[in-house]
Amino acid sequence: MASHGIEIKNLYKIFGQNGRDYIDAVHQGMSKSELIEKHGHVLGLKDINISMPAGSITVVMGLSGSGKSTLIRHINRLIEPTSGELIYDGADICQMNETALRDFRRHKTAMVFQKFALLPHRTVLENTVYGLDIQGVARAESTQKAQRWIDRVGLSGFEDRYPNQLSGGMQQRVGLARALTNDADILLMDEAYSALDPLIRVDMQSVLLEIQAELKKTVVFITHDLDEALRLGDKIAILRDGQMIQQGTGQDIVLNPADDYISAFVKEVNRGRVIRLETIMRALGPGLGPEGLPLPGTMTLENAAKEMTSANQTTAHVIDQAGKPVGSVDLQGIIAAMVTPTSHKSARMAAE
Amino acid sequence: MANCSFMPDVLCRFPSIGDSSIRMARKVIDDGFKGLVREYGYVIDAVVQPLQWFLNYLERLFSSSPWFIVLIIMLAIVYLASRRIGITVGTAIGMLLIGVVGLWEDTMVTLAIVTVSTLIAIVIGLPIGILMARSERIQGMINPVLDVMQTLPSFVYLIPVVVIFGIGKVPGLIAVVIYAVPPMIRLTNLGIRLVDKEVLEAADAFGSSSRQKLWNVQMPLALPTIMAGINQTIMMSLAMVVVASMVGVGGLGRNTLQAINNQFFTFGFMNGFALVVIAIIFDRASQAFGKRLQKHSEVVHG
Ligand SMILES: Nc1ncnc2c1ncn2[C@@H]1O[C@H](COP(=O)(O)OP(=O)(O)O)[C@@H](O)[C@H]1O
Ligand SMILES: [Mg+2]
Repeated sequence: MASHGIEIKNLYKIFGQNGRDYIDAVHQGMSKSELIEKHGHVLGLKDINISMPAGSITVVMGLSGSGKSTLIRHINRLIEPTSGELIYDGADICQMNETALRDFRRHKTAMVFQKFALLPHRTVLENTVYGLDIQGVARAESTQKAQRWIDRVGLSGFEDRYPNQLSGGMQQRVGLARALTNDADILLMDEAYSALDPLIRVDMQSVLLEIQAELKKTVVFITHDLDEALRLGDKIAILRDGQMIQQGTGQDIVLNPADDYISAFVKEVNRGRVIRLETIMRALGPGLGPEGLPLPGTMTLENAAKEMTSANQTTAHVIDQAGKPVGSVDLQGIIAAMVTPTSHKSARMAAE
Repeated sequence: MANCSFMPDVLCRFPSIGDSSIRMARKVIDDGFKGLVREYGYVIDAVVQPLQWFLNYLERLFSSSPWFIVLIIMLAIVYLASRRIGITVGTAIGMLLIGVVGLWEDTMVTLAIVTVSTLIAIVIGLPIGILMARSERIQGMINPVLDVMQTLPSFVYLIPVVVIFGIGKVPGLIAVVIYAVPPMIRLTNLGIRLVDKEVLEAADAFGSSSRQKLWNVQMPLALPTIMAGINQTIMMSLAMVVVASMVGVGGLGRNTLQAINNQFFTFGFMNGFALVVIAIIFDRASQAFGKRLQKHSEVVHG
């Protein structure tokens, strides 16, 4: 099954009776607090435009109340948009009728929830086959599929337990197995790991990355944790008060935060684990030939520093995927890049 | 009435519309009602017939089967529902005592009518409760009716029932059902409304139809609350069975009524005892069953 990307265009969500009436006002710059005060409507999302590429993980990040859950719930239309388009595989999700939407939810999407949202009266196995039950797949077949994912997320032997007999981490494994058993192209994860302890969380991130390397689904992952975003996200989008204020790769965001809000976010980040050699290398040219260790451009600074120190070298040259030398770095430059505090550019990138 | 001497008459004696106009109004309403009942007699018969048949069948089944078979079946049901030896043994002792004091047959009659009325209350109450949970409008319409039903003293129920259905077992049964159905409706509605929003959202996200949502999620998660409703319904049926003896329901209720009328102290006491025994059996067994259902719904880990 080939993956498809998701295109979100001019998406607005205004909570309240007559949300549609205030789109123009919001479009012309009415703020969230003003909208509440004057009209008693809550601005959920304002003019969201983002493309979520097929087969990769798009992370949506933001503080609590910034509209992350609202955004992800538009993708399977658990929340109705006030205006805008969501295109998947050539069709606008917003235009689907009830049957089409139900089919879309059954076959194209699967969701993992922050508070797990498991059925307490069903065992692990029965929870895992839930999506297939809904589709009307016979138990013999669904059990077989489910078992594969139960084993894969490390729940073997727990099939007959009830959710309340499991720890939070285990419960979320059930949530993940349930979503994967659905075998859908789109995987929606709303703060799926936020309720977990840090170690279990890293563990679950690895599980997701492994599975994603194999399945190449279109994953939308919500988090308020930048480290998690940088670890998982092929693309990161940052929301504030319902507005998209920056999107790009993890590096883009760490190196060029669009405003103070994002600078504050990225200040505490371990830059050595995010920034890659290709970002800070000097291009080769006349007078600068390939010297020292060959290192791939996608290597992070921290790993490069480790390699170079253990090889006892202060310079290295960077090679591209084909193995061709493309640039040069030295240890001093690497360390400087790892510790330089982010200077946020005065030329703001945001859509203001 | 010293005060009345210096007050106008209107303030002193309540100004009622005259006796004759009341008499006329009463006559018009009563005759109209009776006419209506006569007119639609076939509808009423159609409602009453199957109930009568069902009730008689169960009554005969209960009282004509050998007592020890009835007792064994009862104990089996109590045990399967509660899985508790204590409750089962208590049931055995209570029922044997009832038999010893000579009230076995009357108890069977009462059990039959309580069983039938509880079943009917469930069959009526469950769908109404589900409808109420689905729509604010329906909830808004039915809630005041339930409020009135639950504030009316039980005697008052007998009036319209007797006018429409006359005197007898089935009118009594109908009164019992009407009296006992509100908690069933309310707690079904409440149970469904209390279902975790996140779990419902998950059901939606996986593409459940509303019927799938009802049977896979809402009903199972509401079941403990619904069981509490059934428990209440049984208790109220038992209470109303005694009152309904005034319109011709037999069994322990009629004995109690006789005892009151004739001041038979011991007889009244024994009947009261039998009623208490079955009330406790029903209550314990259904509550233990409800608890057992709830076992997996409790959230242990946060
Ligand atoms: N059903 C709703 N009605 C009114 N306001 C809502 C509703 N759902 C969310 N909101 C508001 O929309 C904003 C974004 O909420 P949400 O998407 O849940 O944020 P996040 O998931 O980022 O914490 C918040 O201000 C919230 O209060
Ligand atoms: Mg949220």
